[in-house]
Amino acid sequence: MTRKDVVITGIGLVSSLGEGPDTHWEVLSKPGAAPVLDEAAFAPYAVHPLPALNLDTQIPKKGDQRQMEPWQRLGTYAAGLAIDQAGARGLVSDMHLIVAAGGGERDIAVDEAVATALCTTPPAEAGPILNEKLGTELRPTLFLAQLSNLLAGNISIVHGVTGSSRTFMGEEQAAADAVRIAAARLAEGRGGIALVGGAYVSQRWDLVLLYGAGGACWRGPFAPVSARTGAGGFVGGALGAFLVLETAEHAAARGATPLARLAGVACDATHRRAGGASAAAAKALHAKLGAPAGAGLGVISGMTGVAEARAEEDAFLASLGSAAVRRTGSLIGHGVEATFPANVALGALALSRGGFYPAMDPADAGDGPVERILVTGFGQWRGEALALLERAA
Amino acid sequence: MKDHLGRPLVAVTGIGIVTPLAWGREANWSAVKAGTSGISRIRRFPVDKLRTTIAGTVELPEETAGGEIVSSPVRVERMAAAAVEEALAQAALGAEGAFPGPLMVGMPPVEYEWPQRFDLARRANGNGSYRAAIEVATGREDLYETFLFGGVGERLAARFGTTGAPIALTTACATGASAIQMAVESIQRGESDAAIALGADGSVQPEAVIRFSLLSALTARNEEPTKASRPFEKTRDGFVMSEGAAALVLESLEHATKRGATVLGILSGCGERADNFHRTRSNPDGSAIIRAMRNAIDDAGLQPGDIGYVNAHGTGTPENDKMETLGMRAVFGDAPPPISSNKSMIGHTLSAAGAIEAAFSLLTIRDQVLPPTINHNEPDPAITLDVVPNVAREVSGLRHVLSNSFGFGGQNVCLVVSAAP
Repeated sequence: MTRKDVVITGIGLVSSLGEGPDTHWEVLSKPGAAPVLDEAAFAPYAVHPLPALNLDTQIPKKGDQRQMEPWQRLGTYAAGLAIDQAGARGLVSDMHLIVAAGGGERDIAVDEAVATALCTTPPAEAGPILNEKLGTELRPTLFLAQLSNLLAGNISIVHGVTGSSRTFMGEEQAAADAVRIAAARLAEGRGGIALVGGAYVSQRWDLVLLYGAGGACWRGPFAPVSARTGAGGFVGGALGAFLVLETAEHAAARGATPLARLAGVACDATHRRAGGASAAAAKALHAKLGAPAGAGLGVISGMTGVAEARAEEDAFLASLGSAAVRRTGSLIGHGVEATFPANVALGALALSRGGFYPAMDPADAGDGPVERILVTGFGQWRGEALALLERAA
Repeated sequence: MKDHLGRPLVAVTGIGIVTPLAWGREANWSAVKAGTSGISRIRRFPVDKLRTTIAGTVELPEETAGGEIVSSPVRVERMAAAAVEEALAQAALGAEGAFPGPLMVGMPPVEYEWPQRFDLARRANGNGSYRAAIEVATGREDLYETFLFGGVGERLAARFGTTGAPIALTTACATGASAIQMAVESIQRGESDAAIALGADGSVQPEAVIRFSLLSALTARNEEPTKASRPFEKTRDGFVMSEGAAALVLESLEHATKRGATVLGILSGCGERADNFHRTRSNPDGSAIIRAMRNAIDDAGLQPGDIGYVNAHGTGTPENDKMETLGMRAVFGDAPPPISSNKSMIGHTLSAAGAIEAAFSLLTIRDQVLPPTINHNEPDPAITLDVVPNVAREVSGLRHVLSNSFGFGGQNVCLVVSAAP
């Protein structure tokens, strides 16, 4: 089977730094960029907060906005930005969609009140009261706002993307596989255009509870990812990131300008991370992508700050020679399912502007110019992923 | 060994099934052919004050023995593991713990449930706030690894030794079919000679029942649980939540033939189409479900007239069954093939449904018996279909079955299952 070339023709990017390619290039292409932080609201956990968004520009119906909570709104918004940049509004009916999703918001006030009221009541007594409280206090629409596949559902409804719709679950790895499979389907001729990405809302107690229980969240004053001592941890970053992928011929036929060529995506998930297993898995993926290394290679690292994964990734990065490495997590935080597509977007952005980013983290080394960009994705718990981007022909 | 598009044909060589009717493929199939209902009163938790008090439930042995009730991810993983074990035993492919292909896991989103929330609040001296829960949950890797979305897939992948990263996915009620489609595509693409596809769901817990109830999706016909699920019948008024899992071992026909495996059937076509009309309803013109059905039939290189039977989505909601009828008539014209709904017996197994129904579709072809739609007392004049009412039907010459799955959020997936060549 002949494999078709796949290019990126649109990126939709929202982070704590702002929205859109121009804003991100403006901020990140100059030395001295500083992260936007809220260190108080979720103390001792810092977060990179969501910027103000003019939702009406991407989700024009108030009724649609009301059916969603911040997570689905952010993803739907970022998806719209990507479609706009690709100039692909007219192509949505046959556009394929893969979303990497976590769970949507819960009603925090109801959760806290019910947990406080019933935690010491014997189960047989608590059960009926729980049933009654949830039956009267949960808003019916909140279920839909919480369902993981309804981010994709809302993208279909709001933007009309209906070629197909799949939602992958599984934190960082889900997003990398989403990009991999969206690209593989295009390469083998299943459609000409696809939308892929995810969103993460950092200012959520339920997510701090989930990830914090595993020690994956960084406690204490903000520090760059390379400087998080002990077991390390990630600082949650609000992040919405979608990519419009197309076959090169599909893009050319409609006169769309590719931002970058997606030369390959490779994923694995070792069952044990420490002791070099994860680094070895990444080396194997790297070989699959033709082992790019040395001068002219930029690396956009999705390093979370979780120490075990960081040690493995550092070992892998050390094998890449003089490649220029940038740890984006130190400036935009970690957005779980949104991080891999966001870093692919930042890679495509740099290639399209003919430049690269200055250091983002004290450990960042190497310098441009950059011809190819390797995006890394070592998940907070499991998962190794790499993507290789090249300058569009 | 290749299909009409030059892709490798994808064979099924192993099937595993868990439903409220039984743990095991043949026991399930016998019960379904006999028209047995697996729906009962919920015993797992108090049902006072609930509008719907019935469901299909799959209890784990230790629960039946009086042990603690497990959370959804634990139930999903256990049922999934049993289904995969059974499918692998039949396929006899790969060494123990070393399956030569990827794992596609159709499953529901999982999260802390009320027992976990209450436990954390007790540990925080009665403080139910998230801030307090976060403090006492620190270091609880058990909670983290249980409720991460990637947790179930990781543990199953480690246990069965599948290759690459497991992919967990959800397309609501089409999830199981999507997982099969993902596995088929991976073999067609040449990424692997084999793959495991599974769908599993174990969501019968208070909050999930209440949430579906608040969407007015569930029937409240609580008095006679076995009569509550009434797909395509005039008095239908909602679906019955249920649990279960099914796994398929898939491999290229060439690979299966070379190793002398028994081919149970061919996954010959997959079709999908998303709907952009509404979060819980299809477009009234049926366009997305019609396209999904047609896409599956086209993908198999067949004509509608080649389809001899349809395994329905058939949830028993007034809306679904009406729309599915419209889709059937649009695709098949005036002489649609018989269609029946397994959900009349096992209820709606949600993320598992597409996989369980594909499994039953394969057995339908194997035994040339159409499973019935039970509880069919009063025909609905608007349902102009042969729904194989109440009693299984022997047929002959059945080669191609269409299996429909339509999800909330507009995610529609149809599969064509065919007899071994």
